Amino acid sequence: MERITNFLFVGVGGQGILTASDIAASVGLAAGFEAKKSEVHGFSQRGGVVESHVRWGRRVGAPTAEKGTVDYLIALELLESARWIDWLRPGGALLINRQRIAPMTVTVGDQIYPADEKVLEFVRASTDDVTFIDGLAIAEDLGNTRMVNTVVLGALASRLDVDEETWLSVIEARVPPKYAELNRKAFRRGREAVI
Amino acid sequence: MKNPTSASSTRRLLSGNEAIALGAWEAGVRYAAAYPGTPSTEILPALGQYAGVKAEWSSNEKVALDSAIGASFAGGRAIAVMKHVGVNVAADSLMTLSYTGVGGGLVLVSADDPGAFSSQNEQDNRHYARFGKFPCLEPSDSQEAKDFTALAFELSERFDTPVMLRSTTRISHSKSPVEVSMPIGRREWEPLPPFERKPQKYVMIPAHARLRHPEIEERMGAIAEYAETCPLNRVEWGDKRVGVIADGMGYQYAREVFAGFSFLKLGLVHPLPERMVRDFAAEVDVLVVVEELDPFIEEQVRAMGLEPVGKEFFPLTAELTLARVREGAMEAGLPVGKGPEPVEEREDALSIPARPPALCPGCPHRSVYFNLRKLRLLVSGDIGCYAIGVLPPFEKMDMLISMGASIGMAHGAKQAGCPDDIVATIGDSTFFHTGLPELANTIYNRGNVCTMILDNRTTAMTGGQEHPGTGVKLQGEPGHQIDIEAVVRAMGVENLWVVDAMNVAGVEQAIQEAIAVEDRPSVIYVKGECVFLPGYQRRPTAAVDPKVCNGCGFCLRVGCPAILKAEETDERTGRPKAEIDPLLCTGCTVCLQVCPRSAIYQTDQQEM
Repeated sequence: MERITNFLFVGVGGQGILTASDIAASVGLAAGFEAKKSEVHGFSQRGGVVESHVRWGRRVGAPTAEKGTVDYLIALELLESARWIDWLRPGGALLINRQRIAPMTVTVGDQIYPADEKVLEFVRASTDDVTFIDGLAIAEDLGNTRMVNTVVLGALASRLDVDEETWLSVIEARVPPKYAELNRKAFRRGREAVI
Repeated sequence: MKNPTSASSTRRLLSGNEAIALGAWEAGVRYAAAYPGTPSTEILPALGQYAGVKAEWSSNEKVALDSAIGASFAGGRAIAVMKHVGVNVAADSLMTLSYTGVGGGLVLVSADDPGAFSSQNEQDNRHYARFGKFPCLEPSDSQEAKDFTALAFELSERFDTPVMLRSTTRISHSKSPVEVSMPIGRREWEPLPPFERKPQKYVMIPAHARLRHPEIEERMGAIAEYAETCPLNRVEWGDKRVGVIADGMGYQYAREVFAGFSFLKLGLVHPLPERMVRDFAAEVDVLVVVEELDPFIEEQVRAMGLEPVGKEFFPLTAELTLARVREGAMEAGLPVGKGPEPVEEREDALSIPARPPALCPGCPHRSVYFNLRKLRLLVSGDIGCYAIGVLPPFEKMDMLISMGASIGMAHGAKQAGCPDDIVATIGDSTFFHTGLPELANTIYNRGNVCTMILDNRTTAMTGGQEHPGTGVKLQGEPGHQIDIEAVVRAMGVENLWVVDAMNVAGVEQAIQEAIAVEDRPSVIYVKGECVFLPGYQRRPTAAVDPKVCNGCGFCLRVGCPAILKAEETDERTGRPKAEIDPLLCTGCTVCLQVCPRSAIYQTDQQEM
């Protein structure tokens, strides 16, 4: 079977996961792969968990990967990195946006949001390849908190063998023209934050 | 109105829904109608962007299909779009549409939801095709979604039949590459001639229906013959030790799991190509059927006297996945490759808090469910965001079954003698969908039901579609806005309260007065805009005065994601104080109104 690269974007409704995964899939297509993307939306968007799969390969069948085969797990929220860690293949790359969004079960005090170190310890048992990025801080610095997903894409791009121009042209085609420059900056800041 | 602009590449990533819209437009569809429902919702807005097609939101799925039928009888190509349970609503017309056949091609899109990601059940609508005796096409990716939709119109006209295009959540909401001709071309038609009258075909009185029925049986025979050689079904020869028959998304999973083996890929799943199945089965050592949900193909293959590996090993429930297909294949002893090592339960397992959906900050439904819980009433619910009322902290919904059913269920419970005070809650779009006849019934029969119509000015659950109460049409032009309050009065409801959703005490008072009404129905019309409406006005955010808050936790009962437990605890009680996240707060003031110590105040800060 020819090698397929599997990405899984996870986070919370409203974080821009569907846009980010759309861009990642389009970049795959622009880079010459067959690319597929699959997400479930609807009820999950009301503050629930959002997951979106992206697959690149010469021939891709299913639009979703299998548990334990994800090459790049991109968590836009800290807790979600732990919830989805079993989907990462052993030694796969985990990219975490260090943002904590407390679910209702925690805000009403029924459950506890584990400490950062606990989450990290937990995910590190599955892989040594963990990259952190403080997307929210960078986005705030850029003056728009909605840039977090683009910052994270920049960080992801630093790990992939696709040139920056391909990423930027896809991003520019996807976002409103007046935010093109800001997204370009956010992408570069994300990329630099890792390198 | 705009046509999609040209991209440098002709291969574009489209969702299944976008591809269906493009296929329909290219086929020259004149009229498109739908009621929003996940996972079908995006098809009509995508189609509505193209020039030359009239695309409308209908008040419900039966109306959508009926309108498409009229367009078809008048000679135009028409498409009706709905989610799987919407077909139940439209089924009355659908079953007889099979008898009349069509004028212009008519395609019914049924978007099923295996896994019930956003539905009340996971029914398999392929059965409708067999039940109603019309063909069913099933795409396996976006390219096929586009191509099959265009072909469905051809088949509809060629065989004088409605055609069902069955999608699923994974087809509709996945994106895959589609060859798009640039510029995209639309089949153009002459303006419609005057209606061609054919009463024996289009007027289904019993005498005509009896004449049509044999023709329908004959038609199915002709389509079954077509199925044997049509481009929708194909054999992909590989290793003949295993031969897999598969359709829809099941084909994609099977293609990866059974890589290298032989396939009979079905795009026309009803009627089945019997000779093709038999010839394929004769060439392979083991026959396998991989399909989502019911053994629709498998049972018919068994009726041919064949013995495939099927639902004994692949699950009947939920959607298929690569893992489920692989596990089934391995359990059946088939020679497939091993998957990834199973993940072992870890001893250090982290306790990961669940993240259930919640009413959004500022949601106008919050005050309603807060009060229904407070007053301990029996609640008959309906389909919409307010179904979240069943979850903590409200836990205030006792029945929910289908669109509009809240009022009828409450009515029946009372008529049977249920001693509880019952409130039916129904949204504005759902009210127009099927709430109207349900309310008429309880008014007519003098049911002692309090109906709360929760008007947030949009079809919120599916992402904010227009409806008769908003008076804006799908393609943006103004329509006629129907005034719910005037409708309720005109139907004869004397006991009517109109309340502002953001007035917590006002909502409570209305409920108390309404349930005190005996022997006749009452209606509370609750008005409050969905926070996702483009014109929604945020107000200054609320904040907690930590000097006044004693950590009583009462504000947490409104279930707002913006209210958190602070690190600071009350000295006397030791309980954590409340805190409000200004980024999430919309300034709705519901928490402020319920705080018994008046510890919450409105700031002068307004988040954009």
